[in-house]
Amino acid sequence: MSSVTIEVNGRKVEAKKGETILSALRRASVKVPTLCYLEGLAPSGACRMCVVEVEGSANLVPSCSFPVAEGMKIKSNSPAVMQARRTIIELLLSNHPDDCLYCIRGGNCTLAELAQEHGVRARRFRGAKNRREKDMSGPSIQRDPEKCILCGKCVRVCEEIQGVSAIDFVQRGSKSMVGTAFNKGLNVSSCINCGQCIMVCPTGALHERSYVEEVMRSLNDPDKIVVAQHAPAVSVSIAEEFGMKPGTDFDGKMVASLRRIGFDRVFDTSFTADLTIMEEGSELAHRVKTGGVLPMMTSCSPGWIKFVEQFYPEMLPNLSTCKSPQQMMGAIVKTFYAEREKLDPKQIVSVSIMPCTAKKFECARPEMGRDYVQDVDYVLTTRELAELFRMTGVDPATVEPEAADTPFGERSSAGKLFGASGGVMEAAVRSACFLLTGQELAELKIEDLRGLKGCKEVRVKIGDLEIGAAVVSNLLNARKLLDEVKAGRKDIHFIEVMTCPGGCINGGGQPIGADIEAIKARMKALYQIDRDATLRVSHKNKWVQRLYDEYLGKPLGEKSHKLLHTRYAKRDVMV
Amino acid sequence: MENASVEKVMQRYPKAGRDSLIPILQAVQEEQGYLSEDAVVSIGRHLRIPASKVFGVATFYNQFRFQPRGKYHVMVCRGTACHVKGSLRVLDMVMKVLKIEPGKTSRDKLFSLEVVACMGGCGLAPVVNINGQFYAKVTPMKLQRIIEECRAKERANAKG
Repeated sequence: MSSVTIEVNGRKVEAKKGETILSALRRASVKVPTLCYLEGLAPSGACRMCVVEVEGSANLVPSCSFPVAEGMKIKSNSPAVMQARRTIIELLLSNHPDDCLYCIRGGNCTLAELAQEHGVRARRFRGAKNRREKDMSGPSIQRDPEKCILCGKCVRVCEEIQGVSAIDFVQRGSKSMVGTAFNKGLNVSSCINCGQCIMVCPTGALHERSYVEEVMRSLNDPDKIVVAQHAPAVSVSIAEEFGMKPGTDFDGKMVASLRRIGFDRVFDTSFTADLTIMEEGSELAHRVKTGGVLPMMTSCSPGWIKFVEQFYPEMLPNLSTCKSPQQMMGAIVKTFYAEREKLDPKQIVSVSIMPCTAKKFECARPEMGRDYVQDVDYVLTTRELAELFRMTGVDPATVEPEAADTPFGERSSAGKLFGASGGVMEAAVRSACFLLTGQELAELKIEDLRGLKGCKEVRVKIGDLEIGAAVVSNLLNARKLLDEVKAGRKDIHFIEVMTCPGGCINGGGQPIGADIEAIKARMKALYQIDRDATLRVSHKNKWVQRLYDEYLGKPLGEKSHKLLHTRYAKRDVMV
Repeated sequence: MENASVEKVMQRYPKAGRDSLIPILQAVQEEQGYLSEDAVVSIGRHLRIPASKVFGVATFYNQFRFQPRGKYHVMVCRGTACHVKGSLRVLDMVMKVLKIEPGKTSRDKLFSLEVVACMGGCGLAPVVNINGQFYAKVTPMKLQRIIEECRAKERANAKG
């Protein structure tokens, strides 16, 4: 690619031809503030925070959407630029609530940061503020439109990354707001609860529905046995909430901290990930052998499930009937474990720590329980767990690591890989090979399934069977693949779908403000755990084997069917 | 029956793309007097546009309404000439008397309110139009009387 030379604040800078001013400036370590800019998506130029002065241009130029040109002379911090940026912030603040002290994004708000950085010390513009109702209807996500600055990132992520478009701008001018069709609650909209909108929101306009208080109450109730399970992707991200660098694994420290704040048992969701592999692997083998519906699609990611129910109801039979690892854990805790410990299931409070907001919706699905007892009572996101730790004064960084509890604490590193896109497939291929041929794969690591690419495909030879496997993350990619399958593509047998780009490590419940490097570091941490592990395949997990021997019988057996499998139905929402 | 008329409109646009959204919205409102939830969803399906986007576009323009018209459809002009002649006070009064905002329909379904930019009667400002009939040089008091007359007529009809 040919390059051009531009001048930035009097300094010569090399830029690539065709790139935007913003991208050239950032590479040259010139800081340019943005509110609406989203890496990887087409610029919208809505917020004007990124304006710069370009010599010869009458007006300030939005650097996010303006291409560089040879000899361009740019000033990124001239008085006119500083004045413009500051006025934008002041205007935004003039219609923003003054409740920063109580805001969920206190200390982590882009608008407040920019106001600080630009020396805004007083409210310059006073006028009527827009009054808007909060939308507290969502099972996972809640909205406070008064805090919305209309940057439009949530709208773009919902449409251009997830292909859902549950929200868009409604009304016009000073009445503009982000809303659903007919301004209905998120709970009855086509929102799939993935929480990617929360991850890009610069203010507190979008946040998860918190269950911290409910969990605290249970922890303080002497009659309750509070059981925690934590998802594979949480241990490699929660450290960031406590100032550690991305990719630090806090597995043991988190387990110990959970005990310190009063959890009676701590289990590892990766254990039921191993169990999922046994069930889902058997289901795939069964479908292949008996001519069942193919391609089979994974069912671990609850945003994806709601997506299929709404947009592709005709493909519901393709979904694996397996519950997600979270729900499998919930089910066996309140049945097998309760029986074993002679506890009344109603006495157990099952708390699940997830990198995910959609899991909150999933655990409340009416079919996920029995005898009026929910399998999982509360789901906390990584962020909420960090809040709980801070509230109770426990700093996981300073706690000695401990191991999770038996019987559901042991896991293979294959189960741990579930946290990254491609991980379920990798774990499945490892076990499928053994289950079908009786032999272990020579090389357990499957490079082609790893990494942050949104679409990955491999062909795996197991014995004399060749299986086409596809891995997609983010639902726009899923949509493309589903459309190919619907159009008659036949060479794929098994599809792994993760709702969030890159999988759970980038889930909607993860620490806010992580960049692509942080996501890569989390992913690498999971791969490192796999490399160092001695138990790397799900089918060799002794406690999974014992669970089958002592309780479940065999994969796809009657008990499994009752506890570990579910069904889906077409969902009638406004799409 | 409602859906049938939406279908009929969309048959007129068999191979339409998203650029036909506004003409279709206009045609459906012409047929039904407003855009119902079902209509918005069907139009979106027809054009492969999510319902939230159809709603977003429709709410951008004042011309679209999302509730059926009342028996009496009141249009208040807020054009320049009418504004100068005090149409804001007229509008405030209607909103107070009918207890509805522009674009909405009263709960008894008798009245609906619409704000328009100009009806071409600037010489008669401020102008109000009820079911096609123009009222010139309207004052808040005068309009209140007109609305009361409509109400009285309805009461008489209900008795008779």
